[in-house]
Amino acid sequence: MTDLIKQTARQLSDLLRAGDVSAHEVAVAHLDRIAAVDERVHAFLHVDREYTLARADQVDAKRASGAAMGVLAGVPLALKDVLAMKGQPTTCGSRMLEHWRPPYNATVVERLHAADVVILGKTNMDEFAMGSSTEFSAYGPTHNPWDLDRIPGGSGGGSAASLAAFEAPLAIGTDTGGSIRQPAAVTGTVGVKPTYGAVSRYGLVALASSLDQAGPCARTVEDTALLHMAIAGYDPKDSTSINQPVADMVAAAQRRDLRGMRIGLVKELSGQGFQAGVRQRFEEAVALYTSLGADVVEVSCPSFDYALAAYYLILPSEASSNLAKFDGMRYGLRSGDDGEHSVEQVMGLTRAAGFGPEVIRRIMIGTYALSSGYYDAYYGSAQKVRTLIQRDFNAAFTTCDVLISPTAPTTAFKIGEKLDDPLAMYLNDIATIPVNLAGNCGMSLPIGLAPEDGLPVGLQIIAPINGDDRLYQAGGALEAALHAQWGHHILEEAPAL
Amino acid sequence: MSGITRAEVAHLAKLARLTIDDEHLDHYAEQLNVIIESVARVSEVAGDDVPATSHPLPLINVMRADVQRPGLTNAEALSNAPAQEQGRFRVPRILDEE
Repeated sequence: MTDLIKQTARQLSDLLRAGDVSAHEVAVAHLDRIAAVDERVHAFLHVDREYTLARADQVDAKRASGAAMGVLAGVPLALKDVLAMKGQPTTCGSRMLEHWRPPYNATVVERLHAADVVILGKTNMDEFAMGSSTEFSAYGPTHNPWDLDRIPGGSGGGSAASLAAFEAPLAIGTDTGGSIRQPAAVTGTVGVKPTYGAVSRYGLVALASSLDQAGPCARTVEDTALLHMAIAGYDPKDSTSINQPVADMVAAAQRRDLRGMRIGLVKELSGQGFQAGVRQRFEEAVALYTSLGADVVEVSCPSFDYALAAYYLILPSEASSNLAKFDGMRYGLRSGDDGEHSVEQVMGLTRAAGFGPEVIRRIMIGTYALSSGYYDAYYGSAQKVRTLIQRDFNAAFTTCDVLISPTAPTTAFKIGEKLDDPLAMYLNDIATIPVNLAGNCGMSLPIGLAPEDGLPVGLQIIAPINGDDRLYQAGGALEAALHAQWGHHILEEAPAL
Repeated sequence: MSGITRAEVAHLAKLARLTIDDEHLDHYAEQLNVIIESVARVSEVAGDDVPATSHPLPLINVMRADVQRPGLTNAEALSNAPAQEQGRFRVPRILDEE
């Protein structure tokens, strides 16, 4: 029997369709892998074996009945713990929601169920998606399968690590400032932040509502496209959902033709502060793009230099408002309710006990930035920077079809290295944040290993609003050329777990 | 711009309903100052002629038909309550004693 955990979603789909394997067998192979390695990786917060196998059996029964099956039917998936799943734990990596069981499903979960995808469990994340290393999870860090002493990126480190550890072929992440793309980069996997509004946010526990976007993660560009198409599309339950048909991402991923495509190299996102090995692999990828027939030009987006500062005002402002609902009254943790404390005291004690240090820092920054006397200087100015960043993107996309940069300035760093240095941690997202501020879309895909440490490097592709299919066209072609060069998938070079 | 004082941090914690002890307050004050100092540069870049953007997409008010639809049952709504009584959420006392 083929090693089921090494198969792509597309390969599993073919095997399932041909009747060579059952969804039950595929689920068992992945659950067994999780049982074998996740004690060391800690990609998952919750795995419900019985529930997963029952779902797989339902999918097998449906196929046996002769019903029409979707392309991902029976393929397993790891779900970031920030998406509500009815009756299942949904902790957001926080003590605040340790015992919460949502009474409803996120729209993304409904779509996965409708596509007969088999959800394996919920993945670890920085608390309420605030972080770039998954170290801010209240349940302990996730370890990078390439080197267990290193971080897997964040906030969606659990989802990315589950792919790199062959615990799941598909995963869902969410990306507010890079939480899909940066983990993909440092684990040698693929991740896409779709255009804002392309995937419903209903049931996604909000961090910063104008920046949050759920998206697909996988080990190949084509698998990512298959998952993108399963979850994207209009949802009346999300007032910011885009009401337009979804482009054919899978066809774009398979096109493998870059002739005439104009690729902009963003000057501000590749020089200072980027690790030498990251720059080297990026420059090689640029040369490869040229050899594939693309026209690579340099573009300048000067206001990107202010993106990080604007982001760390806008995000905390929105987060401080969104997280005000966790007050211990109707659900979640309640602390200090001893009959003596007033409701306000109980709220204060509950929130101090339920939130970790990074969440508390951001709530206070946001409260400060929105307070009278400081609002114009901080939040107001940050919103103007947002306008300038949109203008820079608009100008760049008048001459370019897509833009590229390294996804993250460094490869995976050591667990603990930046834990108590918020600014150093924030710099991880320097190349990914502009995309969230402007609302367009971005992909990260692996382009090799940095020579100095042997760890994966990611390339970011950026496309305009609703240009998500261009990500897959540019990503699919580069991936095919790299695989031809290497003769294997990059994860074949990762040490055995 | 001058930094945040410890008293200001204590006030922010109160506004945000976070009960933080004195020792942690000092640590947070130090870190918030570093962060605020580094993000304050946003005020240097855009002039009065640049409009603010609060959202990536043009937002329109989305309405749904005003018709009945199923919602959560009482038991479902209370299923995650930290405390409940007679089918309602039970909360700590709301009025401070004078």
